Amino acid sequence: MTETSRTGAIRDINGPIVTVDLPGARSGEQVKIGELGLFGEVISLAGTTAVVQTYESTDGVRPGEIAVGLGFPLSVELGPGLMGGIFDGVQRPLEKIALQSGDYIRRGISVPALDRAKQWEFTPNEALEPGATVSGGLVLGTVQETLTVKHRILVPPGVAGELEELAPAGDYDIEASIARVRTAKGHILKLSMYHRWPVRRPRPYLRRDDGISPLITGQRVIDTFFPQLKGGKGAVPGPFGAGKTVVQQQIARWSNADIVIYVGCGERGNELVDVLESFPQLDDPYSGRKLMERTLLVANTSNMPVVAREASIYVGVTMAEYYRDMGYDVVMLADSTSRWAEALREVSGRLGQMPVEEGYPAYLASRLAAVYERAGRVETYGAGSGSVTLIGAVSPPGGDFSEPVTSHTKDIIETFWALSKELADARHYPSIDWVTSFSGHVHTAAQWWHKEVDPNWERRRTAALALLARDAELSRIVNLVGPEALSDAQRWELEGASLIKEGVLQQSALDDVDTFCSPQKQFALLDIAITIYTSGAELIAIGVPVSELQNLPILAKMRRIKSMYTSDQMDQIQAFRAEVNSAMEEIRIEYAKQGEPVLS
Amino acid sequence: MVKDAPGVAFGDRVRIEDYAGGIRNGQVIRAADDAVLILVFEGTDDLDLERTWVRFLDEPVEIALSPELLGREFNGLGEPRDGRPPILSNLRRPVAGSAINPAARTYPREFIQTGISTIDGLNSLVRGQKLPIFSGSGLPHNRLAAQIVRQAKLKDEDTSFSVVFAAMGVSYADAKFFRDEFASSGVLRNVVMFINLADDPPVERLTLPRTALTAAEYLAYDLDRHVLVVMTDMTYYAEALREVATAKGDVPARKGYPGYLYSDLAEIYERCGRIHQRHGSITMMPVVSMPSDDITHPIPDLTGYITEGQIVLSRELHNQGIYPPVHISPSLSRLMKDGIGKDDTREDHPRVSAQIYALYARAQETRNLASIIGADELSERDRRYLTFADAFDARFVGQGESEDRSIEATLNLAWELMSSFPRDMLTRLKETDLAKYYTGTD
Ligand SMILES: Nc1ncnc2c1ncn2[C@@H]1O[C@H](COP(=O)(O)OP(=O)(O)OP(=O)(O)O)[C@@H](O)[C@H]1O
Ligand SMILES: [Mg+2]
Repeated sequence: MTETSRTGAIRDINGPIVTVDLPGARSGEQVKIGELGLFGEVISLAGTTAVVQTYESTDGVRPGEIAVGLGFPLSVELGPGLMGGIFDGVQRPLEKIALQSGDYIRRGISVPALDRAKQWEFTPNEALEPGATVSGGLVLGTVQETLTVKHRILVPPGVAGELEELAPAGDYDIEASIARVRTAKGHILKLSMYHRWPVRRPRPYLRRDDGISPLITGQRVIDTFFPQLKGGKGAVPGPFGAGKTVVQQQIARWSNADIVIYVGCGERGNELVDVLESFPQLDDPYSGRKLMERTLLVANTSNMPVVAREASIYVGVTMAEYYRDMGYDVVMLADSTSRWAEALREVSGRLGQMPVEEGYPAYLASRLAAVYERAGRVETYGAGSGSVTLIGAVSPPGGDFSEPVTSHTKDIIETFWALSKELADARHYPSIDWVTSFSGHVHTAAQWWHKEVDPNWERRRTAALALLARDAELSRIVNLVGPEALSDAQRWELEGASLIKEGVLQQSALDDVDTFCSPQKQFALLDIAITIYTSGAELIAIGVPVSELQNLPILAKMRRIKSMYTSDQMDQIQAFRAEVNSAMEEIRIEYAKQGEPVLS
Repeated sequence: MVKDAPGVAFGDRVRIEDYAGGIRNGQVIRAADDAVLILVFEGTDDLDLERTWVRFLDEPVEIALSPELLGREFNGLGEPRDGRPPILSNLRRPVAGSAINPAARTYPREFIQTGISTIDGLNSLVRGQKLPIFSGSGLPHNRLAAQIVRQAKLKDEDTSFSVVFAAMGVSYADAKFFRDEFASSGVLRNVVMFINLADDPPVERLTLPRTALTAAEYLAYDLDRHVLVVMTDMTYYAEALREVATAKGDVPARKGYPGYLYSDLAEIYERCGRIHQRHGSITMMPVVSMPSDDITHPIPDLTGYITEGQIVLSRELHNQGIYPPVHISPSLSRLMKDGIGKDDTREDHPRVSAQIYALYARAQETRNLASIIGADELSERDRRYLTFADAFDARFVGQGESEDRSIEATLNLAWELMSSFPRDMLTRLKETDLAKYYTGTD
C-alpha cells in the first residue's frame, strides 16, 4: 500500500454499488473493498461517505468490512509489453491471471499489466544531450516492442524540465530509471520506461488536424463505397448475427493501421479466442509480419462483471491514445458499445437516478459523445502526426435502429455501416446496406483514390450507386406488375446491379483469396462491372436483345473473378477486362453484320 | 427488511419460517450495517412481524458432485427428485460458478454430426458451441432436441455424449417425453436430469440452469466427458427472472425485463465451451420459445446476441407437415467456419452452404412475387427457383424423425437439388466443385 492510502469501513452493499465511510476520499479514487480486496472506484461523495462501484461481484461482502482508498484514479500502465497481450476491463493481464488462478478468474486477484522482470533493449534518442529541455510527449528513446512495433518511450505528459541524464543503450526493465529530469522548481524526477495515466482523462496533444487519408480495410463495400478516414469515428449497427464482429475483425486483420486495439466489451469469450488463436498465424499484408505483433486485446466478456465493462472502453482508448502519441495510426474497435451503455444503465439504476429512455440515464448521449471525441488525427507533442480511429459496434434490441444507443451514436459518428438482416439472411456478406449506410468522408477519400489508384474512382462509385438505386426502383415495379412489364434496357439495369452486388459488394471473410482486397483490385472489379453494364446498355440501345447478353459467360465470371485471383494477380484480372471488351465487341460486330434486329 | 442483523453478507441465502411453520426462501439483496433487505421469493403475503423467523444461511447454493450423478434426477437445488437418496460426496461446488478466463479457452472446431441436414449441412454444430433452438408453442422443438441427443456424434467416431438435461417450467408431459425418450434410446445411464415443472416453485427455476451447469462442468472437466446440455425452456427461466426483478423494484428495460437480463443469460450460456488442456467439453442446446413467434422479443433477441447462432423453427413449414421445420434463412451457426471443409467434412461444404442460402433467398423472393402476380406470370428462370424451393423444403429440410443422415448424404442431396440450375447460376461454387459434384445436364 502506498503512503496515500487511507482506510475506512463498508456501510452498505447494493450489488456492485457499495457505500463506504472513507474520510478524505476523492471522486474517481480507486478503493479496495472488503477482505476479498475487490477493486472499485468512487462515483459520488457526500461528507465522509463515498459511493463506490466495484469491478467484481460483491457476493459475500459484509457491512463493517474494511475499505481502503488508494489515492489515485483508475489508471493504466503505459509502456513496452502491451502489444500482443490480452487484458481485462481494468487492464489486468489475463494470460498471467490464468497462470495464477487457473481457468476461472478468481475475485480480488491483482496483477500489474506490465511485466516487471522483462528486460527491454533501450536505444536512447541520439538527438538528446544532457542539458536539453524536455517536456511531455518528447521521445526519449525506443524499444523494439515486437518485430513490427517500435515503441517510443515518451516523457510523460505534465513532466517538463532540463534533461540531466539519459541512460545509454542497453537492457533495462520497465522500472529502471532511464532518464533524470530537473524541473523548473529544482526537483529531480526519475523517469522509467512506463508511466500511468488515468483512463477517464484524454491524453493531451499539440493540436487536432483533419483526417487526410482513408483507412484502407481491404473490404470493398467499406473502402470503395463508405470509406473511413484515419482518425475518423464510425459505427457498425446491426441485429444479432448480421456481421458486426466479422466486420470489426476484418478491420483488425486487414486495415493499414500501425496498431490495432480490439475491445471485446460484453461479448463472447470465443470471439476473443478466435483472434488470439488466429492472429499469431496471419500475415499483415503491409509489414509481412504476424498480425498479433501489432494487436492488443481488451476483454470484458458478457459473463464478466458489468462495471468493468464500463471501464473497458476507457482502458482501451487510453492505450490507443498512448500509441497515437508515439506517432502511430491506431484503430480501436469496440464490440459492443451497446453493452457499455447497458453497464452505464445498470449503475445508474442502482444509484436510483431518473431514467429517461428505455431505462438509460440522461447522460448517455454526452458520455457516448465524449468517448468518440477521443478519436481523431492529431499533431503530437514529440512524434509528429498520429491518429486514433474509433469504430464501435452497436447492438440494437430487436434490430431497431431508433433505440437510444443507435440513434445517439448516429448523431456523433461520421461513418455509418448499417447491417441488414435481409442481406445477412441471404448470406450476402458483409451485410452493409448500401441504402441506409453513409460516409462523410467520400470527398476526402476520393482525393486519395484519384492520386493513388485511378482518377475515375468517384465517377465509377457514383455510377454503381445509381445503378443500385435504379435496382430498388425497378424491383418495386416488378413486385407490382411482374417482370414482363420491364423493357430490355430495364432488365439490363437489374443485371448490372446484380453484378455490382455479387461481383463487387459481396466479399466473404472466409474466402482465402478474397478476404483482403487491395485498392487496385477493388477499383478493377468495380470498373469492369460498370464497363460490362455500360457497353451492354449501348448494345441494347442498338437493338441487341437482353437475353443474348444474359447468356454471356463473362457474367458468371464477373461474379466469380474476385475469388479466382488475389490482389497480387492483377494481370489475370486485367486479362479478364480484355475478355469482357472482346466479348462485347464480338456481339457488336456480329450484330452490325446481321443488320436488322430480330425481336426476342 | 430485517434490522440488527450484523455480519450478514450480500447475496446470502435466507430461510424464512412463517407463523404456520411454512418455509420460504429468500436472498439478501442489500446489506447495510443497520439492516438488511431480503427478497422473499415466494412473496411476503401473510408474513407478520412477531411470528416470523429468519435464518441466514451463511453459504451459497452448492451441489454435491460424484459420478453417481449420471442416471439421476434432481430439482433446481440439486435435491433428488427420483425418490433415491442424495448424492454423498465430499466434493461440493457453489452453483453460481465464475467467469472462464478467455485466455484459458480453446476455440471450438470439432464438427458434430447430428444427422439433420439443415443443421449439419447449413448450420453445423461443433463441440463446445452454444446453439439454441428458437421455437414457438406447439412446434416440435422437443422432438428435434431428442433426435439430436440420440444421433449426435463426432464424424467417424462412436463416442457418445453425456447429457445434462435441464427443464425449467415445463409441463409434466414434456418432462415425461424426455424421460421416456432417454429410457427407450438406452442413454439414461448417461443422463443427469434437473427438473423444475410448471407447478414447482419458480425461484428454483433461477438456480436450476446453474446447478445443471455445475454438474456439466464436473462431468466435462473432472471426468473428461463430452457433455451435451439440453435446456428447456429458457423463456420460462427469463420470466421467472422478471418476476423477481419486478419484486425487487429493478428498473425495467424492455417489456418489463430487467436491464441485466443480457448479463444474466450470458452468465449461463458462457459456461459452455472448450478449455485448454481439458479433455471434456460442454456443448449447449437451449430451447427458447419465442412469445407470439416474435424473434425480436427480448428473450430470443438477447439470446441471439449471446449464443453462437440459432436454429429457428417455422410454423409455416410445420403446418405443411415438414419435420423438422427448420427455417434456414434466420438460422445461423457462427462456429461452423472452423469445423467444416476439407479436413473436417468435405472441401466443398462451405461453398455448398453459401450457394444453397443464396438460391433459397432468391427463391423466397420469387415465392413472394408469385403470391402477388401469380406463378404463371413468372419468367422461366423464376419458375426454376420455385421448383427448387419446393423440392428443397420437402427433401432437404424434411426428413424422418429417425433418419440419421451422414454429412456426405446431406451434401450429395444438396448437389442434387442445386444441379437443377445451370452451372452459370451457381456462382458461389468454384469451378472445381462443379467439375467434381455437379450432376446437371447443362
Ligand atoms: N463478411 C463476412 N463473410 C463471411 N461470413 C460472414 C461475414 N459477416 C458475417 N458472417 C457470418 O455471419 C456470422 C455472424 O456474424 P457476427 O458474429 O459478426 O455477427 P454480429 O453482428 O457480431 O452478431 P452479435 O450481435 O450477435 O454479436 C458469422 O459467424 C459468419 O458466419
Ligand atoms: Mg458480434
